[in-house]
Amino acid sequence: MAFLEVRNIEVFYGDVQVIFDLSLHVEEGEVVSIIGGNGAGKSTLLRSISGLVPPAKGEILFEGVPIHKAPPEAIVERGLVQVPEGRRLFTLMSVKDNLIVGAYNSRADRVKEKTIEAVYELLPRLRERESQLAMTLSGGEQQMVAIGRGLMAKPKLLMLDEPSLGLAPLLSKNIFETVRKIADQGTTVVLVEQDVMHSLSISERGYVLEQGRTVMEGPAKELLDDPHIKTAYLGI
Amino acid sequence: MLYVLEDTINGILIGSIYGLTALGLTVIFGVLKVINFAHGSLLMVGMYTAYWAVVLTGIHPYLALIIVAPVMYFFGYYLQNIIIKPIFKAEKDVREPITVIIVTTGVWYVLDNLSLLIFGPQYRTLQDNPLRGKMLEFAGMMLSIPKFWGFVIAIVTAAAVYWFFQKTRMGRAIRATSLDRESASLMGINQYRIYNVAFGIGTAIAGIAGVTLVPFYNVFPSVGVLFDIKGFIIVVLGGLGSIGGAILGGIIVGVIESVGPQFMAATWTEAIVYGLFLMVLFVKPSGLFGVKYDW
Repeated sequence: MAFLEVRNIEVFYGDVQVIFDLSLHVEEGEVVSIIGGNGAGKSTLLRSISGLVPPAKGEILFEGVPIHKAPPEAIVERGLVQVPEGRRLFTLMSVKDNLIVGAYNSRADRVKEKTIEAVYELLPRLRERESQLAMTLSGGEQQMVAIGRGLMAKPKLLMLDEPSLGLAPLLSKNIFETVRKIADQGTTVVLVEQDVMHSLSISERGYVLEQGRTVMEGPAKELLDDPHIKTAYLGI
Repeated sequence: MLYVLEDTINGILIGSIYGLTALGLTVIFGVLKVINFAHGSLLMVGMYTAYWAVVLTGIHPYLALIIVAPVMYFFGYYLQNIIIKPIFKAEKDVREPITVIIVTTGVWYVLDNLSLLIFGPQYRTLQDNPLRGKMLEFAGMMLSIPKFWGFVIAIVTAAAVYWFFQKTRMGRAIRATSLDRESASLMGINQYRIYNVAFGIGTAIAGIAGVTLVPFYNVFPSVGVLFDIKGFIIVVLGGLGSIGGAILGGIIVGVIESVGPQFMAATWTEAIVYGLFLMVLFVKPSGLFGVKYDW
């Protein structure tokens, strides 16, 4: 049985259907990329898994337990954590308080002192900035806080929604390296990205979403060589 | 000159109690983004609770805090959980849910009329109250002792609330929710529970304000209305959501009301308070001590 399994879900915003009969699965220890253009339903898929927009039909199972009817806080408690698009930091709180809030769930709260040290180890810039308000940081630093805050929740599976959005190429490369390190330390990662090249190159497998449906899936290497992906997403 | 100083100090004392009533309002607004029109009524409930706690048990008026603060906390917690939350859920995609404001107005009418029904319209004052009319003579000035203790309680309460929001797990979760509800949900924070707790804290603060008022103020069913409007003005003056702003805003209003009559007809002081309120809205809508963004 898969670690995370999404079975035939359909998701609506009001009357507008955004995701159509979508299925995917993620195995423990994998890095899986979900790629696609604007409006393909990538963020909606993550919001649906996180419990913010429950699917109208279909099932989502995490470690074999159905979670598609659970509220967001219960899903986080199980260890399925999302780093939302656009960072969504608590702007008027210090970097350190942002991180501590990340460890709100009861599993993470018990070990938060240790986790924060590990996060500072991985992202040393955050220690330098810990007493600054989050809104005073640069975009790249804010993304690091967002990732660090996600790690504070002690995720078994971390979902990142466009972590490279709006960052300079060098910073974005940095972020991808950090994501790979997180995966190497044993966290399963689902990466939603528009930067197809970088995200596939650090992933084991990938899914391609178009208009709310999966149109392709497979090992990341094969997807990178695929002619459709080359023309549609890589522009080669 | 001494009169002005004496009035200023008395203004600061009573103003800090106004600030305490506004503090509860600002806490609730900061988190729910809802102006709680029932706040004056919650203060009234707090005053009645304090009054009856003292009358029935014969304890010292300030010891009533031990009873009133927790009773009011749970009253606010369940008021939000049972009556306000369902409306909130129906409007969950709206940042500043207007219908919730209408619900709080309904709560105001129901509470005021319930207390009229139960306790009758008469003004009640604490009999054999050790504090009534007690004055402290200080450097030739006469200062009211119950107002002085009210001032102390207000400052301690504001400091405690500030500490709670900065340093505790729940306090941080409340601040996070007030800044970004959805992001807070993704951190595993149950936002509806946070609203209950914030409403409970705001109501408990109204109860504490009630305890400080009862030793020198009458208790009657519509007493909240007097403080309601003042509370709104203070909260806007100080900056919505600002803890220090609520207390300082209260002190500004208290000083104007108390010093003004030395120089003009007392009714004019109201005009000055409202004039200042309008000026702040024009010049610095985020309030004197508020942050431009949110909390």
